[in-house]
Amino acid sequence: MTDEAPMTCEAALRLLAEFLDGELGEARHQEVEHHLAACRSCFSRAEFERRLKAEIGSLRREEISPSFDARVRQLLDSFSTSPRGSAGGS
Amino acid sequence: MTAEAEEHRWFEHAVQALLPELLGVARRLAWNPADAEDLVEETIAKGWLARATLRERDRFNGWMIRILTNLFLSKYRFEAHHPHEPLETEGDFSLFERMHQPFLLWWSTPEQEFLDRLLREDLVHAIEGLAEPFRIVVTLADVEELSYAEIAALLEIPIGTVRSRLARARAQLQKALWDHACQAGLRKEQKEVGPE
Repeated sequence: MTDEAPMTCEAALRLLAEFLDGELGEARHQEVEHHLAACRSCFSRAEFERRLKAEIGSLRREEISPSFDARVRQLLDSFSTSPRGSAGGS
Repeated sequence: MTAEAEEHRWFEHAVQALLPELLGVARRLAWNPADAEDLVEETIAKGWLARATLRERDRFNGWMIRILTNLFLSKYRFEAHHPHEPLETEGDFSLFERMHQPFLLWWSTPEQEFLDRLLREDLVHAIEGLAEPFRIVVTLADVEELSYAEIAALLEIPIGTVRSRLARARAQLQKALWDHACQAGLRKEQKEVGPE
C-alpha cells in the first residue's frame, strides 16, 4: 500500500521517452507501467512511440551493393598476404 | 591450417556477416553514402589491426560497431562540422497528437495506419534531414541502442544534454514525418472519405 497519488497522464507522458529507452529507475518504471495499464490514451501513445522507435532501429541493416562487397573482399584478402600488424592498403 | 590462416578466415566470415549492420550504422551516422562506405572500410582495417585486443569472439559485433562509432566521432570532432550551429527545433512536436486531431479521426487508429504505411525510405529521408548532432544522438540511442550514459561518454556531453537533445531530435523527426505524410496525401485522403 502507498499513500502516493496515482501518476497523472501529464507526468506519464513526460517520462515516456525515458521509459521506452529503459532509462528510468525501477520504481519510476513501474509507476509509468501501472499508469499505461490503466490509461488507454497513454497506452496508445506509448505503443505508437515504441513502434516508431523499433522502425528506426530496423535501419540498423543496409543492403550491400555488389561493388561495395567487392571492395570489402579485396580489403579482407589483403590481410592474408600482408605482414602481421599491417592493415594493408588503408 | 595455420593459426594465422584460421584467424584470418574467422575474421573474414565475421566481417561478412556483420557487413549489412556496419553499413547501416555508418549510413545513419555519416549520411553521405561514400563517406559511410569509407568509414566501414576503415573500421574493418582497424578491427584487423586491433584483433588481439578482442578477448571474446562472441563480442565481435559490438566491438566492431564501437570501433566504427569512435572512428566517426573522432572525425566529427576533429572536423568540428557545426560545433556552434544553432539547433532549431519544433519544440514538443508529437506525431501521435497531430494524428489525433479531430479532423483525422475518421480512422479508428490513425497511428497504426500511419506506421503500417511508413516506408523505410521515408524514415531514412527524415533522419537524413536532421541536423548532424540530432542525427547522431538518434542513431546512437535508437539504432545502436546505447544508454544515455554511454552516449554522454561518447559525445563528451552531460547526460541531461543527451536527454534534451534526444527529445528535440525525435520531435524534429516526427515533424518531418508528419510533413511528409501531409505531402503524400494524408489530408487528401481525409477529404476523400470525409462527409460533404
